[in-house]
Amino acid sequence: MGSRTVKIGAEDDSRVMTGMPSFVPAIPNSNSLGTEGNTIRSSQLTDFGTFEQSLGFRIEDAVGLNPVYNQMKSSSQVLGTDIQFATLNKTLQLQKEPQANLVSTSGGHRENWGESTMAEASPRTDTSTDDTDDKNQRHEMGQLIGVAASDSSDKSKEKSGDQKTLRRLAQNREAARKSRLRKKAYVQQLESSRLKLTQLEQELQRARQQGIFISSSGDQSHSMSGNGALAFDVEYARWLEEQNKQINELRAAVNSHAADAELRTIVDNVMAHFDDIFRLKGIAAKADVFHILSGMWKTPAERCFMWIGGFRSSELLKLLVNQLEPLTEQQLMGIYNLQQSSQQAEDALSQGMEALQQSLAETLANGSPSPSGSSGNVANYMGQMAMAMGKLGTLEGFLRQADNLRQQTLQQMHRILTTRQSARALLAINDYFSRLRALSSLWLARPRE
Amino acid sequence: MDRVKDLASKKAAVIFTKSSCCMCHSIKQLFYELGASPAIHELDQVSNGKEMEYALRGLGCNSSVPAVFIGGKYVGSAKDIISLHVDGSLKQMLIDAKAIWF
Repeated sequence: MGSRTVKIGAEDDSRVMTGMPSFVPAIPNSNSLGTEGNTIRSSQLTDFGTFEQSLGFRIEDAVGLNPVYNQMKSSSQVLGTDIQFATLNKTLQLQKEPQANLVSTSGGHRENWGESTMAEASPRTDTSTDDTDDKNQRHEMGQLIGVAASDSSDKSKEKSGDQKTLRRLAQNREAARKSRLRKKAYVQQLESSRLKLTQLEQELQRARQQGIFISSSGDQSHSMSGNGALAFDVEYARWLEEQNKQINELRAAVNSHAADAELRTIVDNVMAHFDDIFRLKGIAAKADVFHILSGMWKTPAERCFMWIGGFRSSELLKLLVNQLEPLTEQQLMGIYNLQQSSQQAEDALSQGMEALQQSLAETLANGSPSPSGSSGNVANYMGQMAMAMGKLGTLEGFLRQADNLRQQTLQQMHRILTTRQSARALLAINDYFSRLRALSSLWLARPRE
Repeated sequence: MDRVKDLASKKAAVIFTKSSCCMCHSIKQLFYELGASPAIHELDQVSNGKEMEYALRGLGCNSSVPAVFIGGKYVGSAKDIISLHVDGSLKQMLIDAKAIWF
């Protein structure tokens, strides 16, 4: 014997089904009276109102139930006996699941059924806790289906299990009530968490705008899956940490007048570490060039004096010259030439950037107001945008060359200087940037009237 | 490629560019700053530009332009020029090729 599966109302179908996974009142087959099995399992009737509508929608299909349904609607009687439910289980079988899933004992199914609606059915104890119109409707519905079903039910079995059933009913009611309370508490918890989350996000956004560097949690998987900007920020934070460690090591070595060989190893490490950040920036630029160019990953003061996504090599060299004495003639010449070369390269790249901006402006401003139809304008616009997109794409190239310039400058400086001088230079560079970062923090924390 | 080599040998410093390429603009500016007056060939404006661009791409760099030749020899693209300039080699090459005098 099978049960007829009836689709409940078009668009409500899925909602109904998921809302109350297993409570599906059945439409009886012509020969399914007294069939065993029950798909009504315990669940919260989350959307009974809808269900009711859709049930009403479909119940016409059920054999012999239509007139009963109207009767149900009008009646407000609340019946608390087990008869209705038991019979309901047996006779009303609108099921989604195949027959195989059904619990096939008459006693068992009553319990399950009870979990979902029996509690509702009992008017006195439970309605007081969750008293909504919805639930009342549920009551009515539950009761009245029972009433209807009893017309065609087999009553003999029920009378014998009265006592046990009553107790079981009460237990079910209690369980259902507790379940409802738990669900309520859980939903409240979810709501408050959601609120907190939104608040935190807003705070984060605000703080980011103020330029406080915020790194996300150390969760590896999270940072890697996120967008390029976030991932880079995390990488940069890690890089800074490592940088500080290395610089401390270098400082200790310099102060303790370590041997050249040891110093050279540490210096080489620091230089290699610089290569790391340029490599990371390159990767990040492919994902989000504007993030790197914006300098949001730097502190405000650093950001202000930024040039094409990083520091200005020529400026760095200027502040080093004084701190590196004594320098040989050759070294002085070397540093001076290096300073000049980097300045020239910086100028060239800056001019290229300016040309890019101008070209982009021309492209976007080139709107010929044609009186023709909209299609012409749209094609124009699309062509404009396509060209502009192409130009924007070259930004990554400029950033790459700017970083290349920075990297080459550092390496050339390292070549010109001795190991000890390089060590001092690297310490000086690090001091400068640390102070700039500290300045940013002070600035952000300054008392404002 | 022949056309490229031919043009490249005509002057001490030769740069193949495109009018739309802003990086080319940067490299041009650098050469002017150094006092060189390189011969500029804009591939999007000359007759067989496409073939020359194709040939240049075969020289190994990602973008065909800018392509710099000094003394008839291919030097490289933007990245190479900047690197060579930083360590002083570019200037020396230009002096050797008599593109500049100091």
